[in-house]
Amino acid sequence: MKSGSKLERVLAGGHFAVTAEVGPPKSASSKGIVKHTEHMKDHVDAVNLTDNQTAIVRLSSVAAAVHVMRAGAEPVMQMTCRDRNRIAIQSDILGAASLGVRNILCLTGDHQSFGNHPTAKNVFDLDSIQLIRAVKDMRDEKKFICGEEMRVAPRMFIGAAANPFGDPFEYRVMRLAKKVEAGADFIQTQAIFDVERFAKWMEAVRDMGLHERVYIMGGVIPVKSYGAMRYMSTVPGMRIPKQLLDRMKAAEDPKEEGVKICVEIIEQLRQIEGVKGVHIMAVYWEEIVPTIVERAGLYPRPEVDDAVG
Amino acid sequence: MIVAEQKPLAEIAEMVKDAERVLIVGCSECVTVCQAGGEKQVGILGTALGMMRKKEGRELQWEGVTPVRQCEPEYLEVLDKKVKDVDCVVSMGCGVGVQFIAERYPGLWVVPALNTKFGGGTVEAGVWEERCGFCGECILHKTGGICPIIRCSKSLLNGPCGGSQDGKCEIDSEVDCAWQLIYDRLKGLDRLELMYAYTPPKDWSRARDGGPRKVVKEEARI
Repeated sequence: MKSGSKLERVLAGGHFAVTAEVGPPKSASSKGIVKHTEHMKDHVDAVNLTDNQTAIVRLSSVAAAVHVMRAGAEPVMQMTCRDRNRIAIQSDILGAASLGVRNILCLTGDHQSFGNHPTAKNVFDLDSIQLIRAVKDMRDEKKFICGEEMRVAPRMFIGAAANPFGDPFEYRVMRLAKKVEAGADFIQTQAIFDVERFAKWMEAVRDMGLHERVYIMGGVIPVKSYGAMRYMSTVPGMRIPKQLLDRMKAAEDPKEEGVKICVEIIEQLRQIEGVKGVHIMAVYWEEIVPTIVERAGLYPRPEVDDAVG
Repeated sequence: MIVAEQKPLAEIAEMVKDAERVLIVGCSECVTVCQAGGEKQVGILGTALGMMRKKEGRELQWEGVTPVRQCEPEYLEVLDKKVKDVDCVVSMGCGVGVQFIAERYPGLWVVPALNTKFGGGTVEAGVWEERCGFCGECILHKTGGICPIIRCSKSLLNGPCGGSQDGKCEIDSEVDCAWQLIYDRLKGLDRLELMYAYTPPKDWSRARDGGPRKVVKEEARI
């Protein structure tokens, strides 16, 4: 075991893994994180904590990860390259590991122009691939980026994102290969609505044998309304088929339709060779996660041996 | 070249509000090319400031001068006499020019009339774009002659982020994705393998992060 995290044990045990996202609040309160964690902890294997998502200042993902652990679940701490240089990133990784965090998701980060501090200076001292490599070298070689050695290494299960819908399409699989080469253990993809295009991407992934070198979890977003889905379809890097937009528009009960669509997508993803789990990003709708997990037939979650190997 | 653009007139007027006599200094190099601080703009700025003053019922005496360039002391000699009679110098050079004038005249108030924007070039008449981030260690041989340090909004070194769509950057549909440009160019040159290779973290000590920089060429010294 690289990290001994529950998520790693679930995936290594051949189970179809389930993670879900919790967005930390724009306040100094842990209440929402604890509430959502307690509500979904029996239905997911780990909980992702976003790192100032869309460049909006929120409670830090390191602190949020600790709140999740206290509430009885396992965190996946997200970390972006936007706000910290290599000194701060490595420091936070050591700190998080010392607090018991065992999963990290390495991201580039949304540009600050999207957020509530568009006048901020960005950092991007590292990119996401360099961050993956840095965590791997810390864990496996006990080395910092500068080459110096550390006594106790952070045991992290290293995650990365992949966007099968970004451009250039032909390069997207190569980018995944670069992430795997750099040391990614698992992948959580961008939200999938266009399953056909995702399947095409997976085909290319399998052609390169990458599905055997990294655990790929498909990302899904349950959508509450037609308006929300229409907005999402305008976000760069997102592709939503017109047929789904039409379904949401025509729905009498849009929330129910949103859940239905999400569950259908999960079922389709499970049929695709090489997909090892699902990552549910119920933004501002965390309470729906257990329903989706149950309706997708993914409940109860597997029991995995607690022993840290 | 250095690309700059003029500050709003009101901002410049505010900077010189206490002055009665000003010397407006243009520059015949980059800022002339990008039409921000050449001889012509010096005349326009002086006239505009003078008219604003007149409206307020006060006089502004101004004179304009446009040396070959502001970033070399020998070309600033033409200012030596002129600055004796003024309360303030308004530099229409880039930030380098403003500082060279300030350094030359320790007792003189010098203010900038331009915002210095970037290292770039003319892409069409009246349009200038950024091309160089002055990072101190050029990598253009690895990226097909397109700089991701300055043209990718996140300065990524290992390919496009997930926000690249239809060749455009996530921050603005008017901004090209630098990595799409790099990809297309390397593909055309049959050198895509350059994009598959891992690029390690950059040595930023060669950029301004390492402190103010200096270039010394021994054989050029007298």
